[in-house]
Amino acid sequence: MKNAVGRDIPDYLLVDGKEVYQGKQYMDGKYIQKVGPRTRRYEKPQETKVVASLVDALKLCGARDGMTFSFHHALRNGDFVANMVMKAAIEEMGLKDLTIAATSLGDANDPIADYIEQGKVIGIQTSGIRGRMGEVVSAGKLKTPAIIRSHGGRPRAIEAGEVHIDIAFVAAPTSDCVGNCRGIGGKSNCGSLGYAITDSRFADYVVVVTDCLVDFPNFPASVEAIDVDAVVVVDSIGNPKKIASAAARISQNPRDLMMAENVAKIIASTPYFKDGFVFQTGVGGPSLAANLFLEKYMDERNIRMGLAVGGICKPMVELLKKGKVRAAVDVQDFDLDAVNSINQTPGHFEMSASQYANPANKGAFVNKLDFVVLAALEIDTDFNVNVLTGSDGVLRGAPGGHPDTAAGSKVCIIVTPLIRGRMATVCEKVVTVTTPGDCVDVLVTDYGIAVNPLRPDLVECLDKAGIPHVSIESLKEKAYSLVGRPDDLQWEDQVVAVLEARDGTILDVVRKVKPLEL
Amino acid sequence: MIKRPKPERFRLRRTMMFMNAQKPGLIKDAYIYGCDSIMLDLEDAVAENQKDAARFSLYHALTTIDYGNTEVIVRINGLDTPHWQEDIRVCVAGGADGIRIAKCESAQDVHTVEAAVEAAEKEFGVEVGRTLLMAALESPKGILNAYEICSASDRMFGVAISGGDFRKCMQTTFQPDGVDMLAARGQMLLAARAAGIQCFDTVFTDLDDDAGFEAEVRQNKAMGFDGKSLINPKQIRLVHQVFTPTEKEVRQAEKIVRAIEEQAKLGIGVFTVDGKMLDIAFVPGAKRTLKLAKACGMYEGDLV
Amino acid sequence: MEICKTAAAGTLESSDCLVTVEPGNGISLELSSSVMNQYGRQIKATVLETLERLGVENAAVTVVDKGALDCTLKARVECAVFRSCDASAENIPWGGAVR
Repeated sequence: MKNAVGRDIPDYLLVDGKEVYQGKQYMDGKYIQKVGPRTRRYEKPQETKVVASLVDALKLCGARDGMTFSFHHALRNGDFVANMVMKAAIEEMGLKDLTIAATSLGDANDPIADYIEQGKVIGIQTSGIRGRMGEVVSAGKLKTPAIIRSHGGRPRAIEAGEVHIDIAFVAAPTSDCVGNCRGIGGKSNCGSLGYAITDSRFADYVVVVTDCLVDFPNFPASVEAIDVDAVVVVDSIGNPKKIASAAARISQNPRDLMMAENVAKIIASTPYFKDGFVFQTGVGGPSLAANLFLEKYMDERNIRMGLAVGGICKPMVELLKKGKVRAAVDVQDFDLDAVNSINQTPGHFEMSASQYANPANKGAFVNKLDFVVLAALEIDTDFNVNVLTGSDGVLRGAPGGHPDTAAGSKVCIIVTPLIRGRMATVCEKVVTVTTPGDCVDVLVTDYGIAVNPLRPDLVECLDKAGIPHVSIESLKEKAYSLVGRPDDLQWEDQVVAVLEARDGTILDVVRKVKPLEL
Repeated sequence: MIKRPKPERFRLRRTMMFMNAQKPGLIKDAYIYGCDSIMLDLEDAVAENQKDAARFSLYHALTTIDYGNTEVIVRINGLDTPHWQEDIRVCVAGGADGIRIAKCESAQDVHTVEAAVEAAEKEFGVEVGRTLLMAALESPKGILNAYEICSASDRMFGVAISGGDFRKCMQTTFQPDGVDMLAARGQMLLAARAAGIQCFDTVFTDLDDDAGFEAEVRQNKAMGFDGKSLINPKQIRLVHQVFTPTEKEVRQAEKIVRAIEEQAKLGIGVFTVDGKMLDIAFVPGAKRTLKLAKACGMYEGDLV
Repeated sequence: MEICKTAAAGTLESSDCLVTVEPGNGISLELSSSVMNQYGRQIKATVLETLERLGVENAAVTVVDKGALDCTLKARVECAVFRSCDASAENIPWGGAVR
């Protein structure tokens, strides 16, 4: 059945009330029945919840074949915990038919690809999938299609019981003996633990894995002892160098800077750019650089940012410290400056993924966004964005908060070079729709700017400010004139991943790629 | 194949950005940054054993990439190398707008290049005289012979100083106040103006020193340069900003051109605008200001 | 042109390609590309056309492509072929066999 972005969704996926994507805000006003976990009562006082090993913790939680384990990705590419747990479960305990429900997966999780190939891991639910895992899933080696959700879609699915987490594993930079966890104070600091919070509240069992046991009570806690069954102390939960880069440096790439300057110009041309505006930017080169140029306009107009949302990094912390931003709410930290600032700098707060982006709660932070600046692997002439599959059709990305912030914000700006190598970023049809075009308002490339015709108000703003813009079709033609028209990818029938829209409807599917034979 | 229009000998050249002709990722769209001219480099940026490969890259870049209104100049290897003749053939065959003669020291150097260019134009069926020339002065001898170099050919549109080599010859180093090259810049400017061609300053290489760069660009403008060579696109904006005329200058220029055109119809030679006495000699300067203003988006009228 | 010896041109940088030509019987082409699925067919056609224009009838050609545009592919194939004949330094037929 065709959905609202023109994608054909196989009927066999449309069972148990699953619908195809119907458009932005289709679920507004409907009701969600939340499903609670079944958790063990610990009435008798416990001295400590520390157990000797991961295997002991798994046994305590009744780990068995067919279970779903959850992980968070606050340790980003430095994470050791997901691999460690899967190794203990599969190699030491001999478990099989496991499903991994992670907030995201990256190159750090390459070893898990082996368990997929061996058929021990049969399901993956995640926001991001990269590296070898992306390759094996794209090659059709996972038994069931992977389910890809946005950061807001995941807590919605958990609360609705569409994902039932048997055991949540919380990698924690610090924990006390009963499982109060924080993202700071240890040797593998990650700052915000926002992605772990929903999991800890909706899983049947919660196991904290830490490399720094601290005195009780470890407060204020991100994940609370009242939700935790066991604590495991390991040598190291991650590689600090890969958890947080020393400082996310603002790009010096002239192409990025040129695009970033245009992004700031566009923002400043709209009526939403006023004192107290709410802003989020990705950490990609040009998106991050937009901060720099935006500050200039804020100074000129003598206005302050009311709130910075999202993943936080150094440039935003600096604005906060200078008093140019009143507050920052933070679901994840990208560099040491942000890690060291959360809950320290006045106005810098932690939030959960549900608070950040869940479309089914009573109002997430993304709904307050005036502007979001995001990247794209591809964007098509309907303004649909792909941030999941490479233009060769292989899974190598993450919707993350992209669809959530795009849908919630008043102005969603995509910034990307027109071509990358021989790949046309602006194209006729994206390989996979991860953010629907009705949520995307402006495209900024190194060859020109295009405004979504759905936003005549923004067209007027740009015209008034004398910012030149063109049709997105002309940008696509320019791209093809440079790189040539790509051949259509060839697909097998097998669906390797299902892409859920943030509201739970099906936005797209990813099929197995048929390699080209010359 | 892209056919570039016939090059204009005197056009706006505030910024000339160097690009290694051997790097496909760089040269494919160098024009998007909005510099007036790009300078595809076959000389210093290209390793000795890649000179041949760079020419093949250059040929296809020139014939397939639409650089639009951006002027495309090629810096060829020095006359003391085995490369310059083939460099000239590929430039002419590919349709480059102009050639920059590296390490130029005399009018004879210009004549030598011109002869090879003319031969190439005939060989490849290009209109004779189409390919423009500019000279880079990199030695004391070049500076001392600046006037004969500037006036050596009708193809010459400009002259530039190349700071790196020149400072070495003079046994000095970069000085923030420009005193290291003050005499050379002055001599070159005098020669260029006397010969009626354009004059460009050398590159500023410390990309982190924004204040130093701005000071140098302002000095360039004050000394009367037409533009500057650049090594990074991020330098373009400041140069264009500094070389942009002020609002007052533009209005004044507009008045002058308009007044002179009206007076000329009536046969009056000398007249006053805002109390200042003017004659026809003010027209080129005023028109130049308006052209600059137009290129900078400050003037939309039809006087130029 | 006759391929006299093994020669290469290009790099493995992004947007470039590395082309190696060796003496061979007939034309054989080994191609790997970072954009194989979308552009493999066009890359192959460009390489073969370029060889044909240069009159190369016998060569074993290896192309490792990192997303090069057609103009770069042509430039690298031509340079490798001329190098293999020690003829890359001067008197290139610009606009003739090279175009």
